[in-house]
Amino acid sequence: MADIKRRSLLAGLVALGAGACSKIAGSETGQSLFETAEGWHRAAHRALAGKQGLAPEYTRAERSPTFKGNGSVTVDSDFYRQQLAGGFPEWRLMVGGLVEQPLALSLADVRALPQRTQITRHDCVEGWSAIGEWTGPQLSALLDAAKVRKEANFILFRCADTLYGNAYYESIDMVEAYHPQTIIAHALNGEPLPEKNGAPLRARIERQLGYKQAKYLTGIEAVSSLDDVGLGKGGFWEDYAGYQWYAGV
Amino acid sequence: MIKHALTTRLWHWVNAVAIIVLFMSGLNISNAHRYLYWGDYGFVPKDAWLSVIRFPGWATIPQYYNLAMARDWHILAAWPFGVGLLFIWVAMLVNGHFRRRLVTRPADWTPAAVIASLRAHSADGDDAGHGYNPVQKILYGGVFGVLLPLMVFTGLAISPGFQAAAPWLLEVLGGRQSARSLHFIAAWGIFGFFVIHMVLALANWRLILEMFTGGRIAAPTPTAAPSLEQPAIEGAPDHG
Repeated sequence: MADIKRRSLLAGLVALGAGACSKIAGSETGQSLFETAEGWHRAAHRALAGKQGLAPEYTRAERSPTFKGNGSVTVDSDFYRQQLAGGFPEWRLMVGGLVEQPLALSLADVRALPQRTQITRHDCVEGWSAIGEWTGPQLSALLDAAKVRKEANFILFRCADTLYGNAYYESIDMVEAYHPQTIIAHALNGEPLPEKNGAPLRARIERQLGYKQAKYLTGIEAVSSLDDVGLGKGGFWEDYAGYQWYAGV
Repeated sequence: MIKHALTTRLWHWVNAVAIIVLFMSGLNISNAHRYLYWGDYGFVPKDAWLSVIRFPGWATIPQYYNLAMARDWHILAAWPFGVGLLFIWVAMLVNGHFRRRLVTRPADWTPAAVIASLRAHSADGDDAGHGYNPVQKILYGGVFGVLLPLMVFTGLAISPGFQAAAPWLLEVLGGRQSARSLHFIAAWGIFGFFVIHMVLALANWRLILEMFTGGRIAAPTPTAAPSLEQPAIEGAPDHG
């Protein structure tokens, strides 16, 4: 008898806990707790690694044999298919927003800038990892060329792809934007970026998870706030699925 | 004399809640990619050393598959867990708990000591004495010294933002996917301890109560005549 009581008490406690969890998660206090915890992780990472601390880089021999494509693996438009077939002659990367000198860069312009090549690990929020060699200009070079204004607090990535009918976009803060390993990659493992990995251009933000690495880039925008972009959470997955904006954990 | 210091009791319950939240939200996170690899990379299921089962909703936080919410809980509970572990280690070193109760002698590791501990525990006698038997010392020592710190370090190593702070950690652990595998293994090690701990504690409700009140260590009085089965080890088991 005592055993049965004990067992139902335990089951009751578990159910109570589960109920409490969903109540907490749904409340404003719960949400602000989660945001505070996320902010502490970011602050701790920045304090320990420094703003410019580098993610590990690997040797060519340490690369994964292939590089998984995830999320959007193509852009569903005739323009994209035609550009992909022809090597993206008319693709333009717009650099705008809070800048003195807006830019419209062709792929040739992007390739003509000073380049950085880095072999880094890509960690998906789901848990898997792949290692690849990325080449492209540092985002800081583009931002300096466009002369970003002081009011800018975030850099926004506009993308050609859509997921579940909504335009993909992502954002990072200025610390991550000016990080030396933050590049706009046009090549993977020495070849032009494959379609499934974001051809012709994608962001590499090496201290954060995969969903930050925006693909099929069409624009880079300096903004002061994320409130008026999309649903206001700073990215596609943040808006539609509640993912953490700071993707460094 | 109080059996459990206030710091021990505080940490115990905060940590209990943190571990339950971390474990259950961790099972939800595991469902996002149910394959474990060794080395730096891994994404093809056929390269996995283990295909993990899909954990059912009743075992996860939240009670349905939601990676974003599971990560919210995991990221939150990681703070009391990690900071708490640091806190209890400092407290144990300062108040002598570590030296008095957890440090083992070579003799504690012998089969005879283990058999004697298990026999004493099952002998449902008057266990008013104090101190851990060798098996308890080894188990608690393994949890405090190996499993819990391994959880913290593998967790930090998996985080792409933390790797810039301590790239050596990934190297020590054999790469990010190895760290992730070890995180999973250590979690189940802690679960195993949790089950043993609960079974033994539920066998004697007084022990649970003492974890709130602090309990009391009886003065060493010459109680019942020592029976012949009584093992020749210091103190008697009083703990789950």
